[in-house]
Amino acid sequence: MIRFFRFLGRTLEESVQGAGQTVELLFSSAWCARHAWKRRRFVLDQLYTCGIRPLPVVLVVALFTGMILALQTGIELDRFGAKDRIASIIGLGLCREMGPFMTALILTASVGSGIAAEIGTMKVSEEIDALEIMSIRPESFLVMPRLLAMALMTPLLTFVTDVVGILGGCLVSATRLRITPELYLNHVIDSLSEVLTIGGLPKDLYTGLAKAFVFGLIIATVGSAAGLSATGGAIGVGRATRSSVIQSFVLVIVVGYYLTSFFYT
Amino acid sequence: MSARVEPQPDTEPLIRMVGVHKSFGPKHVLKGLDLEVRRGETFVILGPSGTGKSCVLKLLVGLMQPEQGEVWVGKQRVDHASHRQLWEIRGRIGYLFQSSALINWLTVAENVALPLVEHTRLRPHEIDRRVDEHLGKVHMLQGKYQMPAELSGGQKRRVALARVLAGAPTIILYDEPTAGLDPVMTQNIAALIRGVQREFGVTSILVTHDLPCAREAGDRIAYLDGGKVIHSDTTEAFLRTDHPAVRNFLSGGRAAANGATP
Repeated sequence: MIRFFRFLGRTLEESVQGAGQTVELLFSSAWCARHAWKRRRFVLDQLYTCGIRPLPVVLVVALFTGMILALQTGIELDRFGAKDRIASIIGLGLCREMGPFMTALILTASVGSGIAAEIGTMKVSEEIDALEIMSIRPESFLVMPRLLAMALMTPLLTFVTDVVGILGGCLVSATRLRITPELYLNHVIDSLSEVLTIGGLPKDLYTGLAKAFVFGLIIATVGSAAGLSATGGAIGVGRATRSSVIQSFVLVIVVGYYLTSFFYT
Repeated sequence: MSARVEPQPDTEPLIRMVGVHKSFGPKHVLKGLDLEVRRGETFVILGPSGTGKSCVLKLLVGLMQPEQGEVWVGKQRVDHASHRQLWEIRGRIGYLFQSSALINWLTVAENVALPLVEHTRLRPHEIDRRVDEHLGKVHMLQGKYQMPAELSGGQKRRVALARVLAGAPTIILYDEPTAGLDPVMTQNIAALIRGVQREFGVTSILVTHDLPCAREAGDRIAYLDGGKVIHSDTTEAFLRTDHPAVRNFLSGGRAAANGATP
């Protein structure tokens, strides 16, 4: 029994310590963003890795998400004679929640895991130690470019997901539900334009993009922290990668809920 | 970096470790280690695998902390150093890792330029000139634009040494620089270590279990076993010692070097 509580205590202590280190890494790396111009080449490399490389997957997933949403919801709404509401549902659903979530999950799997594996491999092959001995901070050299790239590219890819998802819904609405594209797009624009704030941007759009920004920070920081704490060779890198994906998924969902609650209640 | 010829080692210790203890879980690796390295000498730490030789180097640069004891570099105590002090200390030290630890996604030239880009305000053409100079010293100029993955083990070590030299250190720590290399490459690396010491007058600590390399590069040799230095002397005297544990290691080393089964 004592052994069980000791194990529980140690696990809890390690979790709290790990969370503290991740938050510390986020702030210290964000502070290093003042060196972004000096490291512009690395930042550009990461913008490509985080924003352009996952684009084909994002496009396919977004298109089919919009199509599935239109098909499933449209069939039900048609039974109640309310199929023209489909455009509002897809527009609001994608911009508020599904766009940021889908993008974050794709980026967690494709980019976040890559960050953890790359930095983890550098850790176990003593490259991080070499940087520290050369008085080069890994937060500035490795984490900051990834953090900056993810903070910029996640909202951008989310916007792409929103637009492509809405077009996917338009395709299904036109072919299966006999709603003209003009009517569909007018409904989308009307539903999004109900509350305009910040620079004339619809609230439903900018809250989604703000969420995506936070998700980008989470994915980059969790991936980097997992990589930096990797130990024990290839097995350790695998463990770090797996744990970064799980932590990012959970955090994106939990933080997403609280952000929705913050913006809409 | 200004070249100095034939430095004269003085007697004042530049590096000191006093009563150092270090454990990894239940394994007590260093058990009250005492060590002194004089300015300008190449000090070799010899010993079997797993006796904490690399651990000594990591303690010196603050990558590890001892549970007990003192670690001094010059007048600065490493084990009590603040983050800023540690950076100052590391600024004087170059570290050649066993794995070379080259940044995989940078070219050879970019790896060597790294300390210059990060810590100096030199113009790109001046950095390029110095990179060429350091790569030339280790005979790796022809591989300037290659990626680390395209290099052999010996080439990686030489590039890593060029990167160390680019940082203009006064102390160089070599962690098993000849591990996994063929005898010819081992000889080349040992000659390079000796050449660097002669040209720049650096203080070096060379951790190895490779006897020919120790003999070629070292001014003094210490034998580490059981968590302590059990014998230490000048290279010539060390090789003639009657200490039983050292004799046993040396005879094993010679047998292995001759290709016989020890």
